[in-house]
Amino acid sequence: MKLGTQVLTLIKLEAKLEWKNRQAITSLLVYSLASIYISYLSFRQVLDPVTWNALFWIIMLFAGTNAIAKSFLQESKGLQFFYYSMLPPQAVILSKIFYNILLLSILGGINFFIYSMIFQSPVQNNEQYLIGLVLGSIGLSSTLTLVAGIVSKANNNAALVAILGFPLLFPLLLIIMRFTGNAVSGYSWAINQSWCGLLLLLNGIIIILSYLLFPYLWKE
Amino acid sequence: MTSNNKTIARAWWWKALAIAMLIYTFIMGFLGTVPAMPIINESIRNLYFHVTMWMGMITLMFINVIYSIKYLRSGKLYDDLVGEESARMAMVFAGAGLVTGMIWANFTWGAPWVNDPQLNGTAATMLIYAAYFILRNAITDEIKRARIGSVYGIFAFVMMFVFIMIIPKMNDSLHPGKGGNPGFNKYDLDSNMRMVFYPAVIGWTLLGVWMMSLRVRLRKIEEKIHNA
Repeated sequence: MKLGTQVLTLIKLEAKLEWKNRQAITSLLVYSLASIYISYLSFRQVLDPVTWNALFWIIMLFAGTNAIAKSFLQESKGLQFFYYSMLPPQAVILSKIFYNILLLSILGGINFFIYSMIFQSPVQNNEQYLIGLVLGSIGLSSTLTLVAGIVSKANNNAALVAILGFPLLFPLLLIIMRFTGNAVSGYSWAINQSWCGLLLLLNGIIIILSYLLFPYLWKE
Repeated sequence: MTSNNKTIARAWWWKALAIAMLIYTFIMGFLGTVPAMPIINESIRNLYFHVTMWMGMITLMFINVIYSIKYLRSGKLYDDLVGEESARMAMVFAGAGLVTGMIWANFTWGAPWVNDPQLNGTAATMLIYAAYFILRNAITDEIKRARIGSVYGIFAFVMMFVFIMIIPKMNDSLHPGKGGNPGFNKYDLDSNMRMVFYPAVIGWTLLGVWMMSLRVRLRKIEEKIHNA
């Protein structure tokens, strides 16, 4: 319960800080819009649904990496020390993960809307696709948040987030592309639910691991 | 615990066992009888050299993750050293497995690289451990490097385990025994190959562990010279 309130307070604080300085959010939006538009200029149209889906998730991967890589970098040493002395590390990592899930889900929603407009959407089951989008955002955010935490203790080099994070995201991306690919083809829920279960399981594993491992990073 | 491990590492019997098993593997692997099969032909002998690399790699990765956990619990740099060196040896085995597999695939499947879960799994493993070493090299402080490396190693191991163990079960594979293909036990009716395969697994795995323990000792000597 105490952990819950700490996490909630931290998420609110993070959101407030982000809103105060909207430059970060704006730059994220522009980054994804530019990625989508570059894809449009190079592909013109995507007729194959598999390619359509894969391209979307690649854009999401890069946008997500860009969004989350900075989640520990932007904090000053002083603020980190304040957190360290006031809060358990579990509260810090969980608040970061949940905040990034929120951020990436919203960003993913906007991306999906614009992407579907620019490239004609072949998605037949939109609800399922949106569920996949949220589940994928959970996996991407939790993995990349822990990696950003690791990198923040290493040498604060944002490029390292991609190097460390991408290979770890292979299983997640494969499962999410399969799940959303089925949504594109409009398969029934009965066929797709095992993939959904697998995604939930994987997300659970990632969050539990972050919860267990982050305290070892945090102590200095 | 550590001294106990060192005693086992210095013991001679398992090294002798490794050499004996490998000599047996090479003699029986090249001279022993194998079932005559279309397409695979004599290349079936690669079973003793290719599949065993995979087993050695998995064993070394297990050692890596066990010692990473041990390091986080104990804080002894020796544990981290064993973890790092077993990851390095796992990379060597992954590379050897990939090369032997590519040669084999070129003869039997017609191409050195096909979209197969096992191949993707090995490629992902090598990328992950390459990232692990990049991360370690980016940190100069010894204790920090050990701690952060261990954290990444544990996380990476679990993700990789998901990748190489679960994903292939849900995709089609060209490998025997998967995706509706007959397993190798179908080919090997008289179990002649088993008599070579199991010793080969033991021999190669022990060789990997031996090489790893030699690297650990070398690193300790280097450290002593450096500090003297």
